[in-house]
Amino acid sequence: MDVNKIVARYPAEMDNLLNILHALQDAHPLNFLPEENLKVVARYLNTTLSSVYGVVNYYTMLSTKPRGRHIIRLCHSPVCHLMGIGSVQEYLQKHLGVALNEPTPDGMFWVELSECLGICDVAPAMTIDHEPYGYLTEDDIVKIISEIREKDRSAKPDQPADE
Amino acid sequence: MAKENRIVLKNLGRINPESIDDYIAAGGYGSFRKALGMDPPDIIDELIASGLRGRGGAGFSTGLKKRFTSDACLACENRYVVCNADEGEPGTFKDRIIMENDPHIYLEGILIAAYSIRATKGYIYIRGEYVRSIRRTQKAIEDMREKGILGRKIFGSDFSFDIEIKKGAGSYLCGEELTLLESLEGKRGYPRIKPPFPAEKGLWGFPTLINNVETFGCIPAIVDRGAQWYKKLGTETSPGTKIFSISGPVKRPGFYEVEMGTTLRSLIFDLAGGMREGKEFRAAILGGAAGTFVDESMLDFGMDYDGIKEKGATLGAGAIIVMDKTMSIWEMLYSILRFFEHESCGKCVPCRVGSTHLLGLMKQIKNSTGGTGILKDRIVQQAELMEKTSLCPLGQSHILPVRSAIRYFPELQ
Ligand SMILES: Cc1cc2nc3c(=O)[nH]c(=O)nc-3n(C[C@H](O)[C@H](O)[C@H](O)COP(=O)(O)O)c2cc1C
Ligand code: SF4
Ligand code: FES
Repeated sequence: MDVNKIVARYPAEMDNLLNILHALQDAHPLNFLPEENLKVVARYLNTTLSSVYGVVNYYTMLSTKPRGRHIIRLCHSPVCHLMGIGSVQEYLQKHLGVALNEPTPDGMFWVELSECLGICDVAPAMTIDHEPYGYLTEDDIVKIISEIREKDRSAKPDQPADE
Repeated sequence: MAKENRIVLKNLGRINPESIDDYIAAGGYGSFRKALGMDPPDIIDELIASGLRGRGGAGFSTGLKKRFTSDACLACENRYVVCNADEGEPGTFKDRIIMENDPHIYLEGILIAAYSIRATKGYIYIRGEYVRSIRRTQKAIEDMREKGILGRKIFGSDFSFDIEIKKGAGSYLCGEELTLLESLEGKRGYPRIKPPFPAEKGLWGFPTLINNVETFGCIPAIVDRGAQWYKKLGTETSPGTKIFSISGPVKRPGFYEVEMGTTLRSLIFDLAGGMREGKEFRAAILGGAAGTFVDESMLDFGMDYDGIKEKGATLGAGAIIVMDKTMSIWEMLYSILRFFEHESCGKCVPCRVGSTHLLGLMKQIKNSTGGTGILKDRIVQQAELMEKTSLCPLGQSHILPVRSAIRYFPELQ
């Protein structure tokens, strides 16, 4: 990924900060914002690294820690909670063999909890790389994960979609 | 049998959301052309006369808000319109439905509003999770520019205007209008003190009109068909239609646009198909996490701003979360309070400490074997204290679900 090129797509104004951070994070194969990228952003917007950090740390969608190739966000807000996200979470973690907020050994997946994703009609719900999945059951989990693994195998490595 | 009356969602499923030509063929941007031929204050008067109230939760008169923004700081060189598309309230997903299925309808509303207050620039703050809404709105904006519906001297008038999308990044509090402005300016989402209101000092200190996606989506039809037509829909003090989002163990969870005043029973049992096989209705939470629990005694009351307020409930942004008899009120309230605790920004003590304390008290109730009356009193006291002393509306929200949960379901099990 060419950090400078991505950043340059946006006028150098502070109100573009979140748009820029999203673009950089989505372009990174491990879906996070390394310090060297934040430095580029700070320089570009003529602000300090610490103020950029301050913003990144405030927002739950942004991460300064390496995550995984695919980000799974399970909604545990009230509707999904009541509709049984707990057992989906348990099953998914067992299936992938991971705890929350850590990558699978092959770096393919990262599971985190999120608040309401705005797809409560299909609760219990999750997103994988921002794509919504709802009415989740254990069978769905197995299918969805194997489809993604399959797709990755046939694609060339290290070429994440830009944005 | 209740029926939907689709006004904001009139094009849903009938047009390709990515085709501006489809939208125009369905009469789109006709209201904006009509507005351009009117005097801006007349548009505002029409909106005031229509009785349209903000669909983002507070239910404030949309027309009056425009008048305040239009009248503020006449010497200011900038004046902004901001569309609140942050939609973070659990149980709410109606703005997403509008943005994904007919982005031009709310963009047309933004244009009319902008012209009526002589705004210089528009921003749409969309939550970062809504990637399809962002993509569709972005495509719509690009198509508008190409057709000269955005840009300099639109349709040969004196009105020049452009719109930009700003992404949120996962913070419920950023849906609160003043916090949203902070976030839009590229800062952490800490609330600002009110007053001043955004109408006077909003984005970068300039007069700013902030409305919800659905509110903007109501405007084209009102300009097209007139305030008198609109006022006949819904109830006297809450005219028009409202999109409700229904979730939980019903047969057809989803979104339903009905006239204000439609009963909760019609919404849940007619439109959403009633409870799923083998499930029995226990309660509904109206308005989301910052909402109120109601039991079956509320089923036959009409859903509008004032009617249900009299009953101590809220309409909020139209979330209806249904619970069945196997679900625990304690569990639901706990989940709501956990959500608030997570979303507290920590800037003020009452909310930062109070929201954690509330969770502790809830756990004590769960683990207690005897009378929980004292614990419940302490929960209410804590939430009341937060309501009185918190810096921003988030810390003042806990009392609604707490009080209603305890009032309707004294056993809290
Ligand atoms: C904690 C909190 C979160 C809010 N979230 C939203 C939101 O996601 N979308 C929204 O339109 N309004 C939200 N509001 C209400 C806004 O502050 C504001 O009232 C609304 O954008 C005004 O638009 P309207 O007049 O069209 O309703 C929220 C308020 C609070 C206190
Ligand atoms: S009430 Fe809560 S969210 Fe609002 S300023 Fe205080 S700590 Fe932050
Ligand atoms: S509560 Fe899970 S998507 Fe809304």
